[in-house]
Amino acid sequence: MRETLISFENYTFQYRSQAEPTIHDINLQIHKGERVIIVGPSGCGKSTLAHCLNGLNPFSYPGKSTGTLTICGVEAAQASIFELSRYVGTVLQDTDGQFIGMTVLEDIAFSMENDCVAQDEMKRRTKEEAAKVGLLDKLPAAPHELSGGQKQRVSMAGVLVNRVPILLFDEPLANLDPAAGREAMELIDDLQKVNGSTVVIIEHRLEDAMHRNADRIILMEEGRIVSDTTPTALFLSDRLSLAGIREPLYITALKYAGVKLTEEIHPERMEDMVLSDAAKAQVCKWFENQAGPMEKAVPEQMLSVEELSFGYTEEKENLSEISFTVSQGEMVSIVGKNGAGKSTLAKLLCGFVTQKNGSITLKGRDLSEDTIKERAGYIGYVMQNPNQMISKPMIYDEVAMSLRLKGMSEEEVEKRVFETLKICGLYPFRSWPVSALSYGQKKRVTIASILVQEPEMLILDEPTAGQDFRHYTEIMEFLKELNESGITVLMITHDMHLMLEYTERSLVFADGRMIADTTPARLFSDPELLKRASLKVTSLYELALRCGLDPEAYIEKFIQYDRQVRNE
Amino acid sequence: MSATLSYIEKNSFIHRMTGTTKLLFFLIWSIAAMMTYDTRVLVGMFVTGVILFVLSGLKWREVRFAVLFMAALIAINLIGIYLFSPEQGVRIYGTRHELVHLFWRYSIVAEQLFYMFNFMMKYLAVIPIALLFIMATNPSEFAASLNKIGVSYRVGYAVAIALRYIPDVQRDYHEISQAQQARGVDLSRKDKTFERLKNSAAILFPLVLSSLQRIEVISNAMELRGFGKQKKRTWIMEKPFVARDYAAVAFAVLALGISVGFMIHNGGRYFNPFV
Repeated sequence: MRETLISFENYTFQYRSQAEPTIHDINLQIHKGERVIIVGPSGCGKSTLAHCLNGLNPFSYPGKSTGTLTICGVEAAQASIFELSRYVGTVLQDTDGQFIGMTVLEDIAFSMENDCVAQDEMKRRTKEEAAKVGLLDKLPAAPHELSGGQKQRVSMAGVLVNRVPILLFDEPLANLDPAAGREAMELIDDLQKVNGSTVVIIEHRLEDAMHRNADRIILMEEGRIVSDTTPTALFLSDRLSLAGIREPLYITALKYAGVKLTEEIHPERMEDMVLSDAAKAQVCKWFENQAGPMEKAVPEQMLSVEELSFGYTEEKENLSEISFTVSQGEMVSIVGKNGAGKSTLAKLLCGFVTQKNGSITLKGRDLSEDTIKERAGYIGYVMQNPNQMISKPMIYDEVAMSLRLKGMSEEEVEKRVFETLKICGLYPFRSWPVSALSYGQKKRVTIASILVQEPEMLILDEPTAGQDFRHYTEIMEFLKELNESGITVLMITHDMHLMLEYTERSLVFADGRMIADTTPARLFSDPELLKRASLKVTSLYELALRCGLDPEAYIEKFIQYDRQVRNE
Repeated sequence: MSATLSYIEKNSFIHRMTGTTKLLFFLIWSIAAMMTYDTRVLVGMFVTGVILFVLSGLKWREVRFAVLFMAALIAINLIGIYLFSPEQGVRIYGTRHELVHLFWRYSIVAEQLFYMFNFMMKYLAVIPIALLFIMATNPSEFAASLNKIGVSYRVGYAVAIALRYIPDVQRDYHEISQAQQARGVDLSRKDKTFERLKNSAAILFPLVLSSLQRIEVISNAMELRGFGKQKKRTWIMEKPFVARDYAAVAFAVLALGISVGFMIHNGGRYFNPFV
């Protein structure tokens, strides 16, 4: 029997500000060298559990616990956050926010500085850890010179430098693009093999977190552990879909094809899967039975961008010669690495910045003379973080703001606001304060506050970032309804599911240029293009290859079938 | 040209000095300049400051905006002094040499001009050194230098973190303001002052909220990595004090000594050429 490092026994934690405990009756043992993934929908208590492990509960967020939690033989209730930090190293979700130092060097050394380690030793150990995470040449770099994935690696080095036995990752994939996310999982795997650490990963993107496998998956719902078992056993059960966690795509695909999943198939990872010829034949048969893609009528052209170029400084162009058109009622994803020019494009479309060359026309009218305010009448922009948009304490006032600023009469304002709130499903909350809403509802409020200006087109920056499957579906179904009512939607996103499930077209950006204007199915069957866009191949692509099918046609049919299933 | 002052990486002997040296030098130099009104001392300090600035390798265009801004402030200050006490110099120096009478109680008096000149020189004596301190001190060393002269490391780090987050908050502000303009918030001069004030609340409210979120994340991250665990901490960016640092501090003390020496010699803070 391996040594038990973490042991929860009948553990319950209640925040001081809450009437009920957030996690109940937790019994969980984690052994030395294990890798455990904790999944569950938002609000299931998985973050609370993590905070109990690293001492943020009750040190930063006061509350009381019953039962016992022992970490490396230390009773957590009696230990300080500092003592726990000797055993548990935490990498937080926000790659940028947790970067403390001015440079990589200082950030990695931060915890040693607090331990009064001598300067020479600090320098030596910092270099050692930076080398392990591949950042030795980045030591003098400031955070804004690093990508999200690199910042996360700095944080990893910053906890590894303490030689902690347990590494805790709080949603490590949430702020990364798919390619960086995969690299992160590979690095975690490699570091664990080298150091023999115990790894606990909190994540709801299960398929991505399973990229390098795990020993166990703990499923939480409503503050309780509902399943504690191996990945294989969990995937064979229907617990994930019951809990509202997205299954890996290949599992869904196999289920659609009617392939019976058994332990022998090894369903835990696409790479490990043993597919019999019979199973492959089933997938092929399903493929042949699906109708080809439906031809669509070409709708009226809405937005036309021609030869658009822009640079924040004279010397460097951030966007060069971008041309594309968008038709009325389309739903388009704009994808690519951070810094590829996606946000700059959105700013140009909204008139926040002015192009150097080229033109933007909406329904045949050149927009270049219009002010920000005037453009907002046609093109609405929704920022990623609703907290950055909401400026009134009450929902009604927030949605009414732009109308009132236009000097509209109060009766007219009320009529338009109520109409918009109804469309957005917020009418019952019309007299609520914004602070009483969930994140997803706040997002709706921000969308409502833009829709009230009756734009014909919406641009959304990462509409689903950091959302679990349920909130993702909620937001996206809402956007789909808006889209079906005639509003054209452009979305900047890293979310591969969003591209596949909700958009018909993807504009791919890299290094300030648009490198492709294609369908998601074609994008996800082109590994070279995916790499340039900092995306990764999906398991559907691999499944198609294994079954000898054309990946593009297979992905196309899967998307179509999946949409039908969802609509039922 | 940049409107804000920030550290610019260069390789001069001033850049190589420790942050603590530059902080001490700046403090002692400021005290020396604040105490005296002696023209000879102030001009000497100004000239020394300019020489040091040139030696540091900083360029005029890197500070032009800031210097012009400070020049405007000094001008306003001088005009204010003249408007409110046009005969201050007469009271100080005890004589009155009127050059031209303007109107009412305002005349151009030699003593007043001399007093105002000295007042201006006090600023000019400090400005080159202040610019050097800001632009030649690596912000990474800033917290360590504050700590070294006796400021609690928590306070020092709070200042350093604020410096680290200024660009982020600036970016937030920019993004929020653009999004709010798209919703009809007008920040141009067209609106009345009160309207503009009300409108800037539409940007400040989300900015404060998102900054509070940042603070929560950073303070959690710091506590999780043991910040505040001990009474002391070490600094990876701290540089050792070497001969050049001792020499610099000694030089600043010498300047202070000269300033005090002249005060004793003059029998007061003012050098009086009128008697």
